[in-house]
Amino acid sequence: MMHGPISILPLVLDHIGYSAGGNAIIRDLSLELRARACTVILGPNGAGKSVLLRLCHGLLQPTEGEIRWSGAQPEKHQAMVFQRPVMLRRSALANIRYALKRAGVPRAERLKRALDALCAVGLEKLADRPARVLSGGEQQRVALARAWALRPDVLFLDEPTSSLDPAATRAIEEIITAIRDSGTKVIMTTHDLGQARRLADDVVFLHCGRLIEHTEAATFFERPVSSEAATYLRGELLV
Amino acid sequence: MLTGAGLGDISAAFGAALGMLAALDPRLLQIIGLSLEVSLSAVAIATLVGLPAGALLALTRFPGRAGVVALLNSLMGLPPVVVGLVVYLALSRAGPLGTLGLLFTPAAMVIAQTILIAPIVAALARQVIEDAWREYEEQLRSLRAHLADSVWTLIWDTRFSLVTVVLAGLGRAAAEVGAVMIVGGNIDGVTRVMTTTIALETSKGDLPLALGLGIVLIAIVVLLNVAAYVIKETAQRRYG
Repeated sequence: MMHGPISILPLVLDHIGYSAGGNAIIRDLSLELRARACTVILGPNGAGKSVLLRLCHGLLQPTEGEIRWSGAQPEKHQAMVFQRPVMLRRSALANIRYALKRAGVPRAERLKRALDALCAVGLEKLADRPARVLSGGEQQRVALARAWALRPDVLFLDEPTSSLDPAATRAIEEIITAIRDSGTKVIMTTHDLGQARRLADDVVFLHCGRLIEHTEAATFFERPVSSEAATYLRGELLV
Repeated sequence: MLTGAGLGDISAAFGAALGMLAALDPRLLQIIGLSLEVSLSAVAIATLVGLPAGALLALTRFPGRAGVVALLNSLMGLPPVVVGLVVYLALSRAGPLGTLGLLFTPAAMVIAQTILIAPIVAALARQVIEDAWREYEEQLRSLRAHLADSVWTLIWDTRFSLVTVVLAGLGRAAAEVGAVMIVGGNIDGVTRVMTTTIALETSKGDLPLALGLGIVLIAIVVLLNVAAYVIKETAQRRYG
């Protein structure tokens, strides 16, 4: 499932802010994310990681500033997988076909693309099983297949393995790597530092809704620029 | 009259009732058949209207929505006699729909029961679908499902719970007496249904027929509830 050359990236966040109920959750955040590679958003709980992801994906609207994509109709070229997979009450395969239908993929193509996506996550044998009775790890793989089948330029992942055991987590991480290698830009949050080390090409570090640093992964984990990131990486509480 | 009927009379009536049921008494069957026809028609129409309306209300946000939800919930408790009276006035010869000539026909009974049940189906469906929407909203918005897509997706995904909703409506329709009595007129062989017959025969003192119908009515209600429970449990085990 290689990806076409035209992309909606880079994604530019121009001094965006987001407040809800009088609380500023994201403050004056500017950032540019380029095509390819896996960007991991890190930060302590409550830093605004999930909100930032939802702002980028358009599920929330920034209350200040502007979010700019490059191509036309950017909303058609992105997908998101949530912390807890939302499976529709139908088969695993039908879940993927549903997404393809919503995306306007011609009927004749949907079955093959859905099957390919299930194969890509190693679940072709469970194609006809009701999705909601699959295990948590399997459901998350179906959710990834459903997003991948859309062949997005950008895939947002919100804590995709937070409720999974190590074996399921490894399976998910392998799929994420394959998706990145196919040319889809992955932007994800995690609070698992080991996972960030394994997957990240660059790291966006947030604290209290502010961007503290945006650094290449190798640099971030070896010599973080900010004292906040250094504190966080030492495993100390950042307040 | 029932006053003065002893325990022996009642047990005799009970035996006679079972006899009528066992013999498939044609009078009994005609009354049961009309009851089911009227109530099932009303439920079918109320479902066609109520499910989409409830789903739409669950998914949309507009000023005054809380008031609409509260109003809908209170319409669940509409007194059947009042609904009957309003439909009676509308269908009576001098009423706005008098020219249709529907008063004292099964059609009038279907109209009255539909008005009675549609709010029940809509209000209960609204609750069920709104709970599901909380889980699905971000995912469906991420997949760029339109409002109509989302409404249909949620109705389909909550279908096992909605069966219970529809059966609750059917139970209410089959058991009510006030509305069908007023707009149907309880005409023998034309608009006489189980509940109106029970009321009439009891006041006349003909206990066997009243009791026989009572047994059937309770059996239907119990059967509906058992069916709703079994469908929901089986489906949830199979489909999660």
